[in-house]
Amino acid sequence: MYDVAIIGAGVVGCAVARQLSRYDLKIALMDAAHDVAMGASRANSAIVHAGYDCKPGTLMAKMNVRGNELYTKWCDELDVPLKRCGSLVLAFSDEEVEELKKLYDFGIKNGVPGMAIIDREEILKREPAVNPEVVAALWAETAGITCPYELTIACSENARANGVQIILDFKVNAIEKDDHFTVKSEDGRNVETKYIINAAGLYSDDIAKMVGDDSFDVTPRQGEYMLLDKAAGAIVSTVIFQTPTKMGKGILVSPTVDGNIFAGPTARDTSDKTDTSTTPEGIAQLNALSRKSVPELQLGKVITSFTGIRATPSTGDFIIGVSKADDHFINCAGICSPGLTSAPAIAEYVDEILRGLGVELNERYEYIANRSHIKRFVNMTEDEKKAAIENNPLYGRVICRCETITEAEIVEAIRRGANTLDGVKRRCRAGMGRCQGGFCAPRVMEILSRETGTPMEELTKFGGKSKLLTGRIKEGC
Amino acid sequence: MEFNVDVAVIGGGPAGLAAAISARENGAEKVLIIERDKKLGGILQQCIHNGFGLHYFGQELTGPEYASRFINQLSDKGVDVLLDTMVLSVNNEHVVGAVSAEHGLVNINAKSVVLAMGCRERTRGALNIAGSRPAGVYTAGCAQRLVNMEGYMPGSRVVILGSGDIGLIMARRMTWEGAKVEMVCELMPYSSGLNRNIVQCLEDNDIPLYFNTTVVKIHGKERVEGVTVASVDENRRPIKETERFVPCDTLLLSVGLIPENELTSAAGVTMDRVTSGAVVDNFRQTDVPGIFACGNVLHVHDLVDNVSEEAILAGKSAAEYALGKIENSDTVYNTIPGANVRYIVPQRIHPAEDGKMALYFRVGNAIKPAALSVMCSGEKIASRRKMVMTPGEMEKIEIDCAKIKGDITLIVEEVK
Repeated sequence: MYDVAIIGAGVVGCAVARQLSRYDLKIALMDAAHDVAMGASRANSAIVHAGYDCKPGTLMAKMNVRGNELYTKWCDELDVPLKRCGSLVLAFSDEEVEELKKLYDFGIKNGVPGMAIIDREEILKREPAVNPEVVAALWAETAGITCPYELTIACSENARANGVQIILDFKVNAIEKDDHFTVKSEDGRNVETKYIINAAGLYSDDIAKMVGDDSFDVTPRQGEYMLLDKAAGAIVSTVIFQTPTKMGKGILVSPTVDGNIFAGPTARDTSDKTDTSTTPEGIAQLNALSRKSVPELQLGKVITSFTGIRATPSTGDFIIGVSKADDHFINCAGICSPGLTSAPAIAEYVDEILRGLGVELNERYEYIANRSHIKRFVNMTEDEKKAAIENNPLYGRVICRCETITEAEIVEAIRRGANTLDGVKRRCRAGMGRCQGGFCAPRVMEILSRETGTPMEELTKFGGKSKLLTGRIKEGC
Repeated sequence: MEFNVDVAVIGGGPAGLAAAISARENGAEKVLIIERDKKLGGILQQCIHNGFGLHYFGQELTGPEYASRFINQLSDKGVDVLLDTMVLSVNNEHVVGAVSAEHGLVNINAKSVVLAMGCRERTRGALNIAGSRPAGVYTAGCAQRLVNMEGYMPGSRVVILGSGDIGLIMARRMTWEGAKVEMVCELMPYSSGLNRNIVQCLEDNDIPLYFNTTVVKIHGKERVEGVTVASVDENRRPIKETERFVPCDTLLLSVGLIPENELTSAAGVTMDRVTSGAVVDNFRQTDVPGIFACGNVLHVHDLVDNVSEEAILAGKSAAEYALGKIENSDTVYNTIPGANVRYIVPQRIHPAEDGKMALYFRVGNAIKPAALSVMCSGEKIASRRKMVMTPGEMEKIEIDCAKIKGDITLIVEEVK
């Protein structure tokens, strides 16, 4: 019997797991997918928002601003990249300048520090590549960039190190309740728990309905992105937004923590929660709109495009709190943007909620606050490189040539739980570069097979039926 | 670990092998090949089909056979090799930084450097094909490695986008291994592959090749379940009404090769935007003195025979540079791509009093029949006619060095 079962191992679920893992609780972290960070947490804008665009008084505003504040500590403890590069919201007309003023007022009410409305000259001085037709911009110095799947993976690793049980490929299809919950999976497994945290992202409405809570719905909203080669250069150094519309914060152009340039998202409501396909229309829209902000963007250097799905809540605000249907069931639902920014604050908030419910939260003496990233060869100094190779010669064998990822890093990613090609990629960047795994995929597969003892034919891209190979070639007679 | 050498050759594929041997033959004492794979030969090792060496050896060899002709000479010639070693940097003082599991960090101080890193394949991402992101989308070369080197099938029902040579070869290879290749789609009205490959790989195996056709969408959430293909108009934009679904579990991409020049750019070498390779002179020297380039890292070749030829020149030049013998006249002329010419290698030439100089080039579109003229200071200094010139086939013309008195322009015109 678990004290707490968290359904959903995205950034929210993993952050909650990490937060609660400091206490003397028995915790399960569950997901339907084969790995953590397989939903919106692997495909979003990677922005740590300042918090000026949420309506004052909403949970979104509160979580965003607090989350932003907590990021420095969380990223520091979890060894996750964070760059406080600041953000600019561009206005191209007087009408849009009015919008900027509204955002500024929201920011003041929400308690966002370090904002200013700056003029064209100042914008172009800071970001010479911005469209010179810009009129004004809202500057926010606390905005930044991070890596969403890395934060999610880091939280899950830290939670696991503190005793949280991670249960994957667990697709919940029923929840039963007597004096406790029994969470049932499609393939017949049961998890028994006293409390449930519903962090199921796009499916959080479905999960809530399983305990009789139909107070909200979640609509999938697709957002397409494209990522440019590092060779396209650091054309901007801050996050460049356009003035928001009712569909979201608009198309942004931003550096990534890994040194690429990144543009997106589009916004399109859909009915299919699993449709992460990109569209010709979306790609065309991205091209046009990103160039409106940064005309010289080298769109010929795109190395990949992808679609993320935001979980848009029917209530217009995050749904975080004890369900009216069951006081042992806590929703963290409808976490669309700024969900990534809010995750640490949501975790803290869930902590308070549990405390309020009378759950005994006793800090464990053995709690480990820190987790470190796989040591990256490419970021080491000469001396560190020498020492690393001496200690482990696999640090001397480069497998992914585009990102300079060594065999040691891949092996470490596998030891930390990666057992798919994408799992390795997200943990150590092998295959993330300009050749997109064209050269290293067969070698990573070989290493995966060797380290996990899985036959090559059984290896998958991301679990399930995503098998990479269909069999052996014809053998000689 | 430190090495001091005359010539450092980066890459042990066909270009690096020929360059290293040539450097030794031309007097360089210490020649070192640095190869990232565990064995020499580069991509040739996975090209188990034949058709290599017709021009260079007058024989039809397989890729590994062609490579072994060079590899077998290495010890006799006294060429040193570092395997399983990745070059991380090259600078303009000819210091090559590398790393290997065996030697750790390696510094190679060279008198001259030959860049022979080859190329990589364009990916789905670079094409920005819409749709889902399932397993089963591979570049043709990656699939070739899986089949020929590892012995695994990447799929059983295949659509191939792009009629580049690797795509054509893989259409046949996959068919022979029992897969069903549904079709090869080519965006352009012509193939960028060799004609003999279209005949031997597609026609002989009844695999349809559709020109002016592309893949507009990939379907399937976990594994590829099919692709939507469509015809394109004259601006190469897909025509909605022609869209159709083709069931398959694999999409192979053979949509172009890109020279791997990250090291080159980082060394400060000036690049040619059309070839994506370095700008070189007739010695295959870049504008960083003592750094030479040859093979697919310089410009993408169709025939390995031409790679060897170019590498022999680059290796010889690198040896001469190391020995202080290269005579770089201060006078430099440009080779200028004129009508219908996409690019020329070399881009710069140093005049010489006698001998011949070869220019390699590609046309921008198919010209049939074609008349080629080499113009210098208003005079036609060389010319040639050919039944057809296509962008898929690299062309060559030799000119008398004595006739070069200034910048030269290459023009290809359709014979009326």
